[in-house]
Amino acid sequence: MGKRINEMINPALRNPEEQKAKKLDLTVAAVLLAVLLVFLIVLDNVLPQNSFTLMLIPVLKKGAIYSLACVSMNLLNGFTGLFSLGQAGFMLVGAYTYAIFSIPSGQHNAVYQYFDGGAIKFSIPELLSGVLGDTAGSFLGSIICIILAGLVVAAFAALIGIPVLRLKSDYLAIASLGFAEIIRAIFQWNGLGAVTNGSNLLRKYTAFSNMKIDIGSFSLKFSTLFPFLIAGLSILVIVLLINSSYGRAFKAIRDDEIAAEAMGINLFKHKMLSFVISSFFAGVAGALLAMYQTTVQASTFNTTMTYEILLMVVIGGIGSISGSCIAAFLYIACSEWWLRFLDSGAIGSISVPFFRDGFRKVVFSVVIMVIVLFFSKGIMGDKELSLSRMIKKSKAKRAARAEAKAAEGGEAK
Amino acid sequence: MSEFFAANLPYILSGISVGGQYALIAIGYTMVYGILRLINFAHGDVFMVAGLVMIYMTASLPMYISIPIVLVATVVLGFIIERVAYKPLRSSPRMSVMISAIGVSYLLQNCALYFTGGLPQPYPAIPFLSDSITVFGATTKMVTVITPVLTFILVVALVLLINHTKIGMAMRAVSKDFETSQLMGIKINSVISATFIIGSALAAIGSLLYFTNYASVNPMSGSLPGLRAFVAAVFGGIGSIPGAVIGAFIIGICENIIKGAGWTAFSDAFTFVLLIVILMVKPTGIFGEKATDKV
Amino acid sequence: MSERNVLHVENITMQFGGVVAVNNLSLDIPEDKIIALIGPNGAGKTTAFNCITGVYQPTNGLVEFMGKPMVCGFPKGKMRKQYKGDNHELYVKQKTLSPTPDEITKLGIARTFQNIRLWKSMTVFENVLIAKHMRARQNVFSATFRGNAKEERRMREETMALLEEQGLEKFKDELATSLPYGLQRRLEIARALATDPKLLLLDEPAAGMNPQETQELADFIHQIRDKYKLTVFLIEHHMDLVMKISDYIYVIDFGSKIAEGVPKDVQSNQRVIDAYLGVSEDE
Repeated sequence: MGKRINEMINPALRNPEEQKAKKLDLTVAAVLLAVLLVFLIVLDNVLPQNSFTLMLIPVLKKGAIYSLACVSMNLLNGFTGLFSLGQAGFMLVGAYTYAIFSIPSGQHNAVYQYFDGGAIKFSIPELLSGVLGDTAGSFLGSIICIILAGLVVAAFAALIGIPVLRLKSDYLAIASLGFAEIIRAIFQWNGLGAVTNGSNLLRKYTAFSNMKIDIGSFSLKFSTLFPFLIAGLSILVIVLLINSSYGRAFKAIRDDEIAAEAMGINLFKHKMLSFVISSFFAGVAGALLAMYQTTVQASTFNTTMTYEILLMVVIGGIGSISGSCIAAFLYIACSEWWLRFLDSGAIGSISVPFFRDGFRKVVFSVVIMVIVLFFSKGIMGDKELSLSRMIKKSKAKRAARAEAKAAEGGEAK
Repeated sequence: MSEFFAANLPYILSGISVGGQYALIAIGYTMVYGILRLINFAHGDVFMVAGLVMIYMTASLPMYISIPIVLVATVVLGFIIERVAYKPLRSSPRMSVMISAIGVSYLLQNCALYFTGGLPQPYPAIPFLSDSITVFGATTKMVTVITPVLTFILVVALVLLINHTKIGMAMRAVSKDFETSQLMGIKINSVISATFIIGSALAAIGSLLYFTNYASVNPMSGSLPGLRAFVAAVFGGIGSIPGAVIGAFIIGICENIIKGAGWTAFSDAFTFVLLIVILMVKPTGIFGEKATDKV
Repeated sequence: MSERNVLHVENITMQFGGVVAVNNLSLDIPEDKIIALIGPNGAGKTTAFNCITGVYQPTNGLVEFMGKPMVCGFPKGKMRKQYKGDNHELYVKQKTLSPTPDEITKLGIARTFQNIRLWKSMTVFENVLIAKHMRARQNVFSATFRGNAKEERRMREETMALLEEQGLEKFKDELATSLPYGLQRRLEIARALATDPKLLLLDEPAAGMNPQETQELADFIHQIRDKYKLTVFLIEHHMDLVMKISDYIYVIDFGSKIAEGVPKDVQSNQRVIDAYLGVSEDE
């Protein structure tokens, strides 16, 4: 069984030593995940609300969502070598699809107040609640809406991919950026207002706070666990894909397109696969972001958002999944929490003159430039976080040090 | 046809004017791309910074001092960006340089956000440029008429510079073959710096003309004109200066006619549709040269 | 030739703008033979390879593989006026065929490259394994959710067997680009073999090798030809190697065929000697 799991996670490893290392990593990961699970449930239900948890919870939620957004972008940019800048556009479509299909029918008149209650008169979570009861309905309903969001985005991507994927590197970047802008214009257009609500907000749909089970008077909340579960499962699927035969083909395309084609890899088909799958998960991330924000508006999904996600990927290391996740959490934590004081005008009680609104972002972008220029490999390079690798490395280091010492000793003689 | 012309005259006029302004930005993109094969994502933001510098300078200085300061400051900014953010990455993969450019763009926007506090800053009225004038019965600002003329003069001067001076020859050589020109003793770094200096200077002039038509400048003011100018450069065949200018005029005019027809929301979408169609049909643009990969 | 032809190239012309790189080239590659294509630098040998493997669509001409038309074209559009080659109307009636390189590889033609093109961030093992991807029975879902475990195991075993045979198994976890030059060439051949080809095209396999390595390469090419029942078509500059291993040789210069025959005849052919040594115009 253990062997089978090893083969599932990374079939490239066959010798017993590496299998042992992998087993160690898997065990560590399983333990950490279990701890995380318990922690998140405790955080949602037991811990009192104070200034610390009030900062921590949004950072965790948003971090999980951006992790998925980064990993999906990394699949395309880092693993397939397609420099696409359409991420915000795809997330927008995902967020809108999710919101449109989960606004309760009773709220349609309020939300679509300028468009006669909108064209879509049903809500998937509500329909399911009618059959399965409220709790199961809202859980399953929002999961279905999330998957639907992914599928709609994937369909969009398949259409866009036909022209765009024939282009080379920087033309691909600018064309995908262009498509993201076109998508934004279409969703803000009042002509489609009956569906998209034009340039107005979409709101009142099922959000993270609805993710709870009522047991009598007590309610078990999952509002932080939910994004972690969805994002975690999605990232797991991407990891499995990257370590499969198809993932290897993607990397071959990244390394050398001409060689890949000469070895029988159909470039267009594989690029399209990577593009569509990446977009599916961008759509899922968009849907989660909609749930987190509780309102969506097309104008917020602009190029700056794509740039931010790209920069997170770069900070984490292009071609490293764990790097992307670490960078996403760090980025969100810094920008929403740890560096807040830079905007507040003071450190503790000492006021600093140039600390005012926006200073945080300046410091932040300088740090990013330093990373881009001097640490272009990012946090993880193209490696993955793994305990066994760290152990191996520290062993090697120790061995090297011992050797150096021995050599020194030899010279002294 | 004449009916269409009469009905759309104001839009065509402003289209020509905006087109000229885009042309001045597009030249910066196309020259940098021609030499470094880099989409300088920060160029639009350099243009925005030029607008902000103008606002802060005119607050305390007279116009005839402010304008030269704007030009010099923008040129220095362009030069510094190249030296700090692109030069160290000269031997890195193209993707890293592009990411660095995106990083610079993000940095400039955030700095602008910090200095302006996120509020749109009113742009000063430049005497003469802001004066009203009547052309073919349509009232417009002086800048509408000045822009195409000034653009034309600057482009001719630039083409002369490129075709008849030593630095121009070096630029042409570098854009044809980076490595070989380096081996032939051309000082690559000074050629690249010269490119950025020219591009930034033109962007500064463009910003003087462009923002005169708008009430204010905000940190995001540069990104859309920048993107449009980039599309213009691609449309004309990236690397080609006349191509960029013609592309810019076409995009400026189309955009304004679409706005005139009441489809303002789609004017940018149209620009990108145009870009994508061009990339599909003729990826090298109108005047671009064909490049083939060697296997 | 009486044997069955694996590859039949007929009147191939490749013109880039005004430059004719390959001019009206016809060749036949009979089954189980080792055929060489030689010629001075810039004669158009690699371009001819690229026309056969789908990297370029030839301006004019026909290529048949295993008796079936595989590539076919005639001058179109702007090229109709610019075309400088012959036979420009011969293929007008035939269906234009321009398969992509991967489709050609799938039919059973594999190649190596003049300037080695291994996947640089991947190990030796992965480099060969990826070439197995094309023929694996799987789809993206079965591969992602590991429904293809049997297929995956088969691919790995075959890859390992191939590496062992090439003497590369001890390097299997090293980065492909960290291997010495000679082994990189050998790995490229192993990778091409992993696609189960019927015809193997080698573009200067001995480039940069010392005499000893070249000698080994000659034996090696014979070995794989016999073991995999391959037909080999190679471009080479090392004349010793070419004369030793080829059954038949085609010589091209300035894109056109100037001679063909068994090694002995080619060696003494005056036009070939002139092409290699250069001959002054007034002679």
